[in-house]
Amino acid sequence: MSDQEDVKGPGISRRSFLKISALTTSAPLVLGPTVLEVEGQEVHVYGPGKTPVTLNVNGRRLSANLEPRVTLLDALREKFEVTGPKRVCDRGLCGACTVMMDNKAVYACSVLAIDAQGKQIVTTDGLAPEGKLHPVSAAFVDNDAQQCGFCTPGFVMATKAFLDKHPNATKEDLHRGLGGNFCRCGTYAGIKGAVAQLSGGGQQKGGA
Amino acid sequence: MATDYKWPAADQRTVIGKRMNRVDGPVKSSGRAKYTYDLVRPNMLYAHGVKCPYAHAKVTKIDTSAAEKMPGVVAVLPINDVGKEIFWAGTDVVAVAAVDEPTARDAVRAIKVEYEQLPHLVLDEKEPDLSEAEKSEWYKVALKETSGDPTSAFQQSEVVHEGYYGTPVITHCCLETHGSISEWPDSDHLFVHISTQNVPGIAEQLGKAIDFPASNIHVHQDHVGGGFGSKLGLDPWGVASAQLSKKAGGKPVKMMLDRKPELETAGCRPSARARVKVGAKKDGTLLAWESYSWGTGGVGGGGSPPIPYVWKVPNQQKQHVNVVNNIGPSRAWRAPNHPQACVLTMCPLDDLAAKLNMDTFDFVKKNIDLLDPRSKIYSEELDVADKLMGWKARWHPRGDKTAGPVKQGLGLALHTWGGRGHNSNTDLTIHPDGSVEVKMGTQDIGTGTRTSILQVVSDTLGIPMDQINLLIGDNQYPRDSASGGSSTIGGVSSANFRAATDAKNQLFAKVAPALNAQPGDLEAADGRVRVASDHNRSLSWKEACAKLGATSITAHGTNPGEGDLTNSGVGGVQMADVSVDTETGIVKINKMVGVQDCGLVISPKQAESQVLGAMIMGISYSLYEEKVMDQTTGTMLNSNMDMYRLAGLGDVGELVVHLMSGPGYDERGVIGIGEPPTVSPGAAISNAVANAIGVRVPFLPLTPERVLEALEKAESEGAKA
Repeated sequence: MSDQEDVKGPGISRRSFLKISALTTSAPLVLGPTVLEVEGQEVHVYGPGKTPVTLNVNGRRLSANLEPRVTLLDALREKFEVTGPKRVCDRGLCGACTVMMDNKAVYACSVLAIDAQGKQIVTTDGLAPEGKLHPVSAAFVDNDAQQCGFCTPGFVMATKAFLDKHPNATKEDLHRGLGGNFCRCGTYAGIKGAVAQLSGGGQQKGGA
Repeated sequence: MATDYKWPAADQRTVIGKRMNRVDGPVKSSGRAKYTYDLVRPNMLYAHGVKCPYAHAKVTKIDTSAAEKMPGVVAVLPINDVGKEIFWAGTDVVAVAAVDEPTARDAVRAIKVEYEQLPHLVLDEKEPDLSEAEKSEWYKVALKETSGDPTSAFQQSEVVHEGYYGTPVITHCCLETHGSISEWPDSDHLFVHISTQNVPGIAEQLGKAIDFPASNIHVHQDHVGGGFGSKLGLDPWGVASAQLSKKAGGKPVKMMLDRKPELETAGCRPSARARVKVGAKKDGTLLAWESYSWGTGGVGGGGSPPIPYVWKVPNQQKQHVNVVNNIGPSRAWRAPNHPQACVLTMCPLDDLAAKLNMDTFDFVKKNIDLLDPRSKIYSEELDVADKLMGWKARWHPRGDKTAGPVKQGLGLALHTWGGRGHNSNTDLTIHPDGSVEVKMGTQDIGTGTRTSILQVVSDTLGIPMDQINLLIGDNQYPRDSASGGSSTIGGVSSANFRAATDAKNQLFAKVAPALNAQPGDLEAADGRVRVASDHNRSLSWKEACAKLGATSITAHGTNPGEGDLTNSGVGGVQMADVSVDTETGIVKINKMVGVQDCGLVISPKQAESQVLGAMIMGISYSLYEEKVMDQTTGTMLNSNMDMYRLAGLGDVGELVVHLMSGPGYDERGVIGIGEPPTVSPGAAISNAVANAIGVRVPFLPLTPERVLEALEKAESEGAKA
């Protein structure tokens, strides 16, 4: 089981957005949302065309005009140059884009930027001030839990989110909790080492 | 007098061989490392391609008019123009650069391409009929070879085993997809950020493709998100981004593949299938080998797996046929051809041992002389692996006879690889203020290149690693080579050891008078330059460098050079312990042991990571990975990361690595280590499954379906018998 939680509730998923977008393609170009009823629920419809989007990322307010179809991942990476989250599968399958949104781990590729407004978004880039390492990041370094390093920021966020939610997690819990993140270089032995260090309450010294 | 370049003896090493953290670890784990995919250049355009949906086709018509009229579309470029033949689905036909990604994707959808479909073949199961193969356009006979006298050797054999074995086409699935960002600051200069294992070679390849002088192409890369062999050469996308940028007035154009085309078109490891016959005497003496093998590496062919792998079987007859089909481009994939060869060799020999009622461990030891020239290494490694796995204590004959549906088994395999350091060049400068700078055109692809370089320089100059400024990943630095074939650490370590030694000697010449000593009496250690016989006569590193006055020292180091600092030809042994649920067919890795010979180890922590990573990759391709193709449509059916599954954290079991280093191994110098340990897992795990359930699952990956099929087949044959 993965620790990644689906974003549910009043938001619009990528899929349902695509469904309703067909209804609005002939609408005049407007800024700001229109209200539509979809599947018995009122939803705000943005676009077509660019709409102002403001995100709270790592404690900073970032604004841009984005098309409503732009994902949180692409907004972070391309508009705001917050590139800790990586675009790998772009379909919620690999965990490389894991960020925390209101303290929950989410796949940034599977959330629309317009839906992430008003939420607190934290990425690996924002875990610790420049020049410092967050204990989770440090555990990854101590245990050489990275090779090419492309999956690492996503793994770090997934680990952080899981430990925040399950402070007494055992190593085995964490291995299950991180099952939604994949690495191609094969760094799992190092990640297991980092997890062992962290699940000891963060009190243990750096690894061998 | 010529300097005698020799790695310091074990007791003289201060940083070489020590367990240091990866120097680029913090920047990677904090998300601050910038990969090509992460870069956003001013006024950057985004490019995507129109993909051919057919496995084999000719382009007959392209209509880009609608796309060209779309607001935000800046440049449209035919890649495979009308008349061009396409050899696999997912090939780019036209590329579009636009102000943002959504616009580029819309423009791609607005382009209309018409094709003439041509006959395709994407499968490779069918055994080529050799008489047909020599005439058919779908087959290329790659090898036909006989040595010794196999016919009489089989007649003398008291036990003969025949079987079918195979491995599928797998893809590289780099997490950072292939791609680049190209820009023309002016019409005479091209600047390229590219995701590559080959910073030094890209300029020539690109220059040739676009007819532009390589010397005017600047290539840069800080980090690469995986390559595994698939990023050694320039891609059509790299060429397209440069051409699109030119069309767009020089603006930066970023063209990165999406996941689907990455899996379809960015590289794969060829399949290999074989009918194998092996013969031995009753006492286990291996006498004869016969094989008929085939496999596909797409239209380009995939070479021929070197079988029988590592074994010098005295009497052999073998043939290999390349199936020329439309499955995608084969590219070097960590230890090209070796994993396939290992499966095609170690599995039939394991089956032969089972038929001889021998423990495979004993069978290998019995025939150890046939493993020349690494017989001694393999023999020592087998003993180490035995201890780490408890093989001798726990091994049981084929078929776990204990009650219950879950069966346990052990399997082993052997492998080899070259790994000699490649041509490498470095410039090492000691400045009068004590700062040290190292410049090289190499790249760090995750192997820990930066860390190894700094460990060597730090050890040689006696100053901390963080006092050395290392610049790599740029073709304007001294020319290095591609990171392929496990050749990087050997190459860069050796070049830097020579450069650091020369620079140190030049520094000693300047410093000696101040210490009232001869240059040859000095040593650099603990951040000081001192008289070796009298540590009280010393200067701090900074004071010593100040003696340079206004002139810095730059020493050039090269590999190969004097002194044999790197070597090749490693041996490795791996053992796997698995459990197989005979009701569900699920294979679980309990434990794997990797014993790896690698010469002198510069950076043990990173070297172990390389071996562990290779073993994990091996588990991944043994249990999960397969490029599944559909003959009707000619396309890949699992071009996403849920259906093309990689091993996850919970799939790898307990992993134990033992590096064969120290006396008897160190003397050979540094030898690359990335490829070899990825070779054995396929055969070791397959053999462990056979040991557990009593029957061979002939084809990788060992999916539940294939395990159950093998069990059912054995059951129905047992019922008939």
